[in-house]
Parts: sequence; structure tokens; C-alpha cells
Amino acid sequence: MARTGVFVCHCGSNIAGTVDVKRVAEVVGQMPGVVFSTNYMFMCSEPGQRLIQDAIREHNLDRVVVAACSPTMHFKTFSGAIQRAGLNPYMIEMANIREHCSWVHPDKAIGTEKATEIVTMAAAKTRWLEPLFPREIGVTRRALVIGGGIAGIQAALDIANAGVEVVLVERSPSIGGRMAQLDKTFPTLDCSGCILTPRMTEVIQHPNITLHTWAEVEAVRGFVGNFEVDILHKPRYVDANKCTGCGECLTRCPRKSFSSEFDEGMGTRPAIYRPFPQAVPNVPVIDAENCAALKSLREEPGRAKPKCGACVKFCPRQAIDFSQQPTITTEKIGAIVLANGFSLFDPTVYGEYGYGRYPDVITSIQMERLMNAAGPTGGEIRRPSDGKHPHSVVFLACIGSRDDRVGRPYCSKICCMYTAKHAIMLKEHDPHVQSYVFYMDVRAGGKGYEEFIRRAQEEYGACYLRGRVSKVYPERDHLVVMGEDTLMGMPVRIEAGLVVLATGVQPQTDADEMARRLGISYDGYGFINESHPKLNPVESNTAGIMLAGMTVGPKDIPESVSQASAAAAKALGLLSQPTLLGEAMVSSVSQERCVGCFTCEAVCPFNAIDKVTLRDGRQAAQINEGLCKGCGLCVSACPGKVITARGFSDQALLEQMHVLLQDRSPRMKFGGSSR
Amino acid sequence: MRDDQMPTYSYYPGCSLHGTAKEYDRSLKLVADKLGFELREIADWSCCGATAAHSTDELLALALPARNLMLAAAARQPVLAPCAMCYNRMKVAQHELQEPTKRQAVAKMLGRSEKELWSELVAVVSLLQIVTGDGIQSAIKAAIVKPLKNLKVVCYYGCLLARPPEIVQLDNLENPQTMDRLMAQLGAQVLDWPFKTECCGGSLALARLDIVLALNRQLLDMARDVGTDCIVTACPMCHSNLDTRQRQINAKFGESFDMPIFYVTELMGLAFGFSAEALLLDKHLTDASKIVNKD
Repeated sequence: MARTGVFVCHCGSNIAGTVDVKRVAEVVGQMPGVVFSTNYMFMCSEPGQRLIQDAIREHNLDRVVVAACSPTMHFKTFSGAIQRAGLNPYMIEMANIREHCSWVHPDKAIGTEKATEIVTMAAAKTRWLEPLFPREIGVTRRALVIGGGIAGIQAALDIANAGVEVVLVERSPSIGGRMAQLDKTFPTLDCSGCILTPRMTEVIQHPNITLHTWAEVEAVRGFVGNFEVDILHKPRYVDANKCTGCGECLTRCPRKSFSSEFDEGMGTRPAIYRPFPQAVPNVPVIDAENCAALKSLREEPGRAKPKCGACVKFCPRQAIDFSQQPTITTEKIGAIVLANGFSLFDPTVYGEYGYGRYPDVITSIQMERLMNAAGPTGGEIRRPSDGKHPHSVVFLACIGSRDDRVGRPYCSKICCMYTAKHAIMLKEHDPHVQSYVFYMDVRAGGKGYEEFIRRAQEEYGACYLRGRVSKVYPERDHLVVMGEDTLMGMPVRIEAGLVVLATGVQPQTDADEMARRLGISYDGYGFINESHPKLNPVESNTAGIMLAGMTVGPKDIPESVSQASAAAAKALGLLSQPTLLGEAMVSSVSQERCVGCFTCEAVCPFNAIDKVTLRDGRQAAQINEGLCKGCGLCVSACPGKVITARGFSDQALLEQMHVLLQDRSPRMKFGGSSR
Repeated sequence: MRDDQMPTYSYYPGCSLHGTAKEYDRSLKLVADKLGFELREIADWSCCGATAAHSTDELLALALPARNLMLAAAARQPVLAPCAMCYNRMKVAQHELQEPTKRQAVAKMLGRSEKELWSELVAVVSLLQIVTGDGIQSAIKAAIVKPLKNLKVVCYYGCLLARPPEIVQLDNLENPQTMDRLMAQLGAQVLDWPFKTECCGGSLALARLDIVLALNRQLLDMARDVGTDCIVTACPMCHSNLDTRQRQINAKFGESFDMPIFYVTELMGLAFGFSAEALLLDKHLTDASKIVNKD
């Protein structure tokens, strides 16, 4: 006969406020098989856990019910407690009388009645509990970092410096990400390139880091500690082993006027290019769409020699290779850090601001390129229309942020700060220029941030106007900005040489595809969901996949770097274990009765069904315990009823139903039932 | 709609096209005849509910257009409201009357059942929708005998054809192209300008003339800056403010505007070969003859 102990928690007043916990313990204590029951203020506290352990020893309990909160909250706590008292950690059933009862019922009589039912069912189930033993899984001691921006770089370096091998995959030709495009960084005005490029160099020189640029993660299989990742290497048409990065090809390419992605359309680049001079690796890539040679080979299949061969001819190392094809390599990986960054809001949807219609309306990232000494204007702020220096510049904050109308109700967090930085830098570049900032609220929560805003206003004379702009239009040689100053309560008209739209951040356009590839969840915008927004902010809800940077949501550089280091620490924690314990509550197949129909395979969302051939030659299903999450879909789908979910046997569930539905239900003993 | 069919519209002229915008009415009818669509004026039509009604009583401003639409219901043809204000009132009424409480109140006001009201709200089209529709393009092409060569135009849509965007559904709120494309089709040189959907002051011409003069001065100033010969509009209110106030603007601001203002149908009429007299162009207060005689 089972010897069950029942422990009812008050959770302060969370449960005890609406449930008579003492009464619940008394009633359930009378059930057959329950040899001990009690209640306590905080069962999860140290004395609470000790109470359970003492009772196990004193009353010789072999299984317990803890009636408290949700098992997702404290199953591990109590499972650990009974294990330390000598029981198998799965000889416990949690009855959720908080989320499922006290929090949703205002009436104490009803609450007590329902809690009693829930606990009774849990106690009935314990009779069928069996000791479970999670399987040990090996761990591949290598990490994959997806994305070579500052978050990915930081995560890769932290992991590599701990002595673990890292594979870093970046889809553009160089690592560096958005930070490489920036001029200065707020609030200290450090030169972005100066603090970033040493880190980039460190990555490529690090013995523990394998860097793949111009490559993409194509497919991810497997599970925590045991991933298999396919990496697609796009053809660069330049042999990276031969290229010295001398740059001769760049100057010799006859086709030079393609819009530069890195300069955000403010400058041009040749058909063979590297995004910026400090690119890592310093190996150019050929734009296959626009290269005359590749185009001719593509369009005239029989052609012996390409139409153009300038780069081939002048390359001192014969590194140009038009025959390169896309290749896929497969890597074995134990932990993944996703740091695939963000994209910027497209402001053309705001027709009233004239972006795309008037050349002197630009975005903030374009402003960064104009300000950057290595940028297309050599760091001079010149208007795209006529190359003149503007005398006044108007900044419009919250473009694609905090605006439900365009589906972006969230705050992008960085725009207030980078706009203040632009106002300051503008004055540094040209002391005669006047800047205006139209804002909704200035959000400057961060170390030294509010002071920075004040500096922009007080020392650099930026004129801050609280209100929105209704229209931007050209008039003679300038733009007119019509807006409202809501503090003055009057319309404002400003003549501007240049208008800068502080565009908000949004997920990468293909963020959802990446999330599906990795099997992790994302929100309505495409930002990745953290496992817990407060207590697990750097882990996804799939074990072994960590998150860093803007892929989770808007954040600035210091935050991205902190998160990257945290994600690296989590990855290292995982990879430092020789083996992992798998999930114990998984499905299992009774293979001698399995007919091999594989209905289970069709319904399994985790690809956890393997096909195996038995010794007699029959095919049968087998659960991959590393992948199985114990969801039970296969159990209910199996036509032969040969799959069981461990910890949720049919007998146990039927027993629960039985005690709930039978007439002598304990709730009747209360007499005053309202139902 | 196919070319070989003779489309018919229930015609709602509103007060303007029977009054200050007589030339809009005349040019519209000539153009319609040429393009082969028929206009049948709604019998016993009443005020569309603009201005006087919509600034004093929301329900009245819904009931008036609803009444006119219900009058047109028997004909089973869509209603053409060439005036931007009438069009706007009718579209807004259709939108607002989706709300049951408003529908009940308006039905009561009109002495009709809610169901009747709901079933008899016939479709409304603007002039621009008709003349830029797919089925009519070959007819327009065939009708052009005097392309508007050498004529520079800017298209002025005003506020009511464009707003509220979710109700009137013009192609683009800030930079519409519908009228621009039509003018280009007529052979005119269409200039881009930033004030396509700015405000002309509307009926404030009576209460706050100072505002109307200032707003129209801005419009004329920008039009002159981009180098146009004339402004094209599809709204009697815009036409009236731009056309009739130039002398006052010149006096008040020391300007010398002499900018012809056309209805879209007048320029269509000229391109289709009608004379200035037939189109009643002499009704304009700002002389349009220099344009008419240009080619």
C-alpha cells in the first residue's frame, strides 16, 4: 500500500486568503493511502522543505503531494527536496491550488471546495506514480553563435576565452554589424569603430573561433548538447586563402556605381567590394547580380571567357575564382547563441515626411554614415540633393516607434539617445548649424543618459520641441517642417536644410524564419521570446539556445554586450557538464506491440520519433528521449495504444477522474455546496 | 463595366453644381456625353449635409445624405457626386451608419425602418473614380482630339477627396496620383508639388476670410514656385476659394497672382475639342483664356 504525505501551502495569503488550507489538509488526510497531511505558510522555503523531509522519514512516506503553485514554478524545488530525503524525485505530484484556484476565485467557500477536489485528485494519482530515471545525454563541447554584430562578437569571444570552440556565422561579408556603421556612441562619444575593430580582429585571430562570413544557418537538427547545424556558404568568388586584402581589385573594377549597402545608399561601391576598409575578414566579395563577368557567364552558358576580367587580370595572387559554387557544411554543436540583430523601420509609410520623395529627408543611420570620417562624404555633413552644408537640421523622433497606426506600439529605446548624439555631433562638425528635435517624450534611462540629453540642449543648443510633425515639403532650396509645439500650444514652421528621421528598430525581416528553423518562439512583431522575461532573460524556451542583443527586443550597445556575456555564461554552464540529464517524463513505446504505422511520427511536433528495425525485421517506433518533451500527442494518436507518457499513465488519469466524479466526493462533506 | 455598355449613374449635383460651379456641371455633362455614360439627376434631392449640418448636428449630417441615397435606391445605379463635399458626406454617412445606434436614430429621423435604411444605401462614386476606371480608358483615348500639349498643370485634390483615408480610399493620402495620371493622359505636363492635399479653408471663406486668404496665398505661391500654368481641382469649394479670391489676396499681400483654376472636367472638355464658350469658362473670375488660347 502506498504511503502518501500531503503538504498544503498557504503561499502567505496568496492561497490561504481564499482557501481554508487547514480544512483541505484535514479532508484529504482522511483518504485511503494518505498517512500524513499538514499545512504550512511557505512550503517552498527552507523550513517548509525540511518539514516535508522530516515527515518522509518520520512517517516512512514513499510519495508526496505538494498542494501549492504551478509545477512550472516549483516542481524542481520539491522534487529536489524529496530526492534529498531519499525518494525518487518523480514520486511527487503537485496540486496547483494557486493559479488554478485561489487566484481566480474570490469566494472562500467555493475556493476551499475546489482546492479540496484538486488535492484529492492529486493524492489519488500518487498511487500510480512510479520511480522515473532520466537518461544521461552526452554533450558536444562546441558553441555556435549566429550573427557577427557586437552581441555575437562578445558572446563568441567570451565562450572562446573560456577554452571552448566557437563557430561564428555571419551572413554579410564582414562581422561588425550595425555598430560598424556608427560614428560615435552615446553617452561617452567613444568612436564606434575604435572600440569595435579590436574586438573584430580578436575574433579572427582567436584559435578557438572558426569564423564563417557570407554564410547562413540553413538548418538545425538535434537537441540540447547535440545539435547538428547545416551552414550555407555563399560563393564569394574570391579565394579567401589566396587573397591578401590588398584592394587592387576594388580600384580596377570598371563598374563602380552601385548603391552601397553599408553606406545605406549614401555612397557607392564597385561590383567587387568589401563593406568597409576595416572589414573582417579583409576579403572582398563579388556582387553576382551586377558583376559583368559573372553576368556574361550566367547568361551565355557556352561562353569560354567572361566578358570582363579586370579583377582577374590585376589580382597579384590569382585569387579571383568565378567557378565558386554555394556549399553546405555540417557542424556538431552543443549550445547555440542567437544574436541575429535587427532591422530598421521603413519610413516611407509616413507619406507626410516625404522620405523617398525628397532627397534631403534621410534616416538616422544615413546620418551616421554622413558623420563618419570613413563614410561617403569623408565625415562632412552634406545634403544628398546638392552637396551643400545645411544650416539647420530638424530631427523627428519616434518614426516607427510608439505608433499603433503603423503596427509599432513599442518604444525603440535607442532613438532619443542617438538623436541627442547627432545634435551634439552636428554642432561639433559645424558650430553654425542649428538643430531642432521634435520628440514625444525623451526617454533617457541609463547611466549618464539624462545628463547627455541635457548637454545636447544646454551646451550644444539643440532646440527640443515637444510635438509631432504634420508635414515636410520642399520650398525653393530648403525643406519646410510643419509641426506642433505642444508645450507652447502653437503650430511651428521651421526651414530646414536637412531632415533626419529617427527610425525605430524592428526584428530582422526574416526573424520568424530563423526562429522556426531553431524551434523557438517569437512574439507578434518577430522578436524572440525569452524563456522567462525576468528570471531567464537570455535563454529561449528551447533548451540549449541562448539569446543576445536586439533579437529579443530594442536595446543599446551596453545592454547588448551584457546580454551577450550572460548568454555566453549560460552556454558555458551547459557545455561544462560532461553529460546532461534528459527529460524523464517522456513517452515510451512498447515495441513488441508496435505495428509500425508511424502515426506518432506524423503528429510529433519535436521530430522525436525514430524508426528502428527490430531483430525480427519489423519496423517500430522509438522515442528519441533527447527530443521528446512529453507532450503526449503520440500517446493519444497511437491507434494500438502502445505508447505511454511516463508519469501520466492511463490508470493514474482514470483514477483522478474517478475520485472527482464519484458521489462520495469529499466536497459533499462540506454540506453547504452551492452547486 | 464594359465599353459597349452605356453606364448610367444617378447624378447628385448638390448645391454647388447648380450654383457657383455651374461650369463644373456643364463640362461634366459634355464630357459624360462624349465618353458615353449617362447621368440621371436624382429627383427631389436635398442638401448633402455639409458644413451647416455637420458642424451643428451629427445626426442631421448623416440623415441628409442618407435621404438622398435612399431616393436614388430605386434606380439601382451608383450615385455620382462630383462635388468633393457631397461625396465625402455620402461616404462618411455610409461608414457611420454601420453603427447600429446611429442607424436607429437616423432611421427614426427619416421616418423609415432601420432595415429599409440599411438596404437602400446605394454605392457612391467620385468623378475621379469614374474617369480613371479601367473600362473607360479606351473611350478617353478616342475622345482626345486636342491634347493639352505645352500645358503645365498641378493637381489639387484638397482635403475632402483624400480624408479620412480609410473611408474615401484615395490611392495615396499624402501624394495621390489619380488626377495626375488623368492629366498626363490628356497630354498635359504634370508637375509634382507638395500641396496636393492641403487645406483651402473651405467654408471659412464666409466666417474667417483672413484664414482663407492666407491659406490660398500659400497654395498659389507654391504652385507659382513649381512653375505651373494652372491648377486643376475636382472640388467646387477649392475652386471657389482659389479662383475667386486672387484679387483680394493680391491686394492684401501685395502679390500679383493671375493663376487660372480649372475643374478636371473642363480640361477634359478642352482636350475633347469643346470650346471655351460651350464649357462656360467665362464663369471663372480669374481669366482662363490665356490657357485656352495657348495652343
